Amino acid sequence: MTKVAGELTDAPNVNVPRRKAPFIVTFYRSAVAKKWLMAVSGIILLGYVLAHMVGNLKVFLGKDEINEYADWLRRLGEPAFPREVVLWGMRTVLIAAFVIHIVAAYQLTMINRRARPTQYKSPRDYAAASFASRTMRWTGVIVLLFLIFHLLDLTFGTVNPGYVGGNVYRNLIASFDRVPVAVAYIVANLALGIHIFHGAWSMFQSLGFNNPRYNPWRRTFAIGFAGLITTGNVAIPLLITAGVRP
Amino acid sequence: MKVTLNVWRQGGPSDSGAFQIYEVDDVSPDMSFLELFDVLNERLITKGEEPVAFDHDCREGICGSCSMMINGRAHGPERGTATCQLHMRKFEDGATITVEPWRAAAFPIIKDLCVDRSAFDRIIESGGYITAPTGTAQEANLTPVPKEVADAAMDAAACIGCGACVAACPNSAAQLFTAAKIEHLNLLPQGQPERWSRVVAMVDEMERFFGSCTNHGECESACPKEISIDFIALMNRDYIRAQFKQRRLTGQKS
Ligand code: FES
Repeated sequence: MTKVAGELTDAPNVNVPRRKAPFIVTFYRSAVAKKWLMAVSGIILLGYVLAHMVGNLKVFLGKDEINEYADWLRRLGEPAFPREVVLWGMRTVLIAAFVIHIVAAYQLTMINRRARPTQYKSPRDYAAASFASRTMRWTGVIVLLFLIFHLLDLTFGTVNPGYVGGNVYRNLIASFDRVPVAVAYIVANLALGIHIFHGAWSMFQSLGFNNPRYNPWRRTFAIGFAGLITTGNVAIPLLITAGVRP
Repeated sequence: MKVTLNVWRQGGPSDSGAFQIYEVDDVSPDMSFLELFDVLNERLITKGEEPVAFDHDCREGICGSCSMMINGRAHGPERGTATCQLHMRKFEDGATITVEPWRAAAFPIIKDLCVDRSAFDRIIESGGYITAPTGTAQEANLTPVPKEVADAAMDAAACIGCGACVAACPNSAAQLFTAAKIEHLNLLPQGQPERWSRVVAMVDEMERFFGSCTNHGECESACPKEISIDFIALMNRDYIRAQFKQRRLTGQKS
């Protein structure tokens, strides 16, 4: 078979075919838009992770501080809103961000698989791709699995021995008294840190925030943010398991 | 110099293909990588064997024809260098060098190391031009362009369309090529009338064939023209802005 220059390519379609559809559907079909949505949802998730860490570090201030903080979250918005309404509003946004982030990541991964159906037969010699960028899918899955366990442990209490609703301090200590669980928390939070390191840099590109004046700071920000979250989050299981009882 | 070449041989688009080992001696360190293949092919022809098919044309790094995956890097180990500009002195005497074609769904293999890159032509056809009437060139100073903008547009316009960005990207994404081809026009006054329709048309066409960007940065390091991934960010911004723009006000169909 000889190919003539200018002949129509017989390359396959890797994305879903574009049909006429409402704006929001056609917008979402684009991979660039999916990445943009991943960046936007990623920012929401970063904000959440930061707030979550700051709140939980209160455990080092003692039992009353953290339990009072947990109760304040439920009272948030009172008296304008009934108890827990604002909390559930925030949870809704958070769940939506998670769903968008995960679904878009899955769909993009599938597109990318179709775009490279045959791998290179000789080993690749990566020049720029970092460990973090190449393991995003793995760290993402680890964080997701951990999240499910974490909810069962400290939100629903299913896997927490003698769970007492509302007594965050007690549940936390009970959980981290089990060394394997503490280790799992630490490993998962390291994975989260690696995920955040690439994500916090990558989002600037996906959003199109690019300015020579602050470009060098994008990486600094990612390192700083990932380092901060990892340190804070790892400190809790590490110190509690080590026997620190504020 | 003497080198051992481990070259991908594939008879046609639907063949399975395999690596074949060739020992090449009497290699001059001043040869380009393509000249090494010329020497190999001459010897193969003398022996009555089928020469290795590979793409090449200008051999001075400006046409974008040459395309080889050398030791796991697009265009080999040197930064900012196309295969034709890569010299044998960059390799050690006695080295084993593995050579593969670009691999991407969008770049089907034609034969050996030749791939069909017409998916790039589809992207250009969808909007990589300006529809200004041609004629005698107008007075240059009628359209002032800041020096920085002209330089940035020129940096993007340096793209030779070789496809190394796609080859190097673990996702076979063509973001760097498409961004360069969009932004060298979108940055300049002459590109403004079609700015928003261009970016949407070209990105949509690109996404028919290529994967999506995960911001590895492999493309930038493989690019023989060292085009920056900053252009990808510009393209992303233009694309999202174009989606939300009331384009009738800029005289364009939504
Ligand atoms: S042969 Fe023209 S760029 Fe290499």
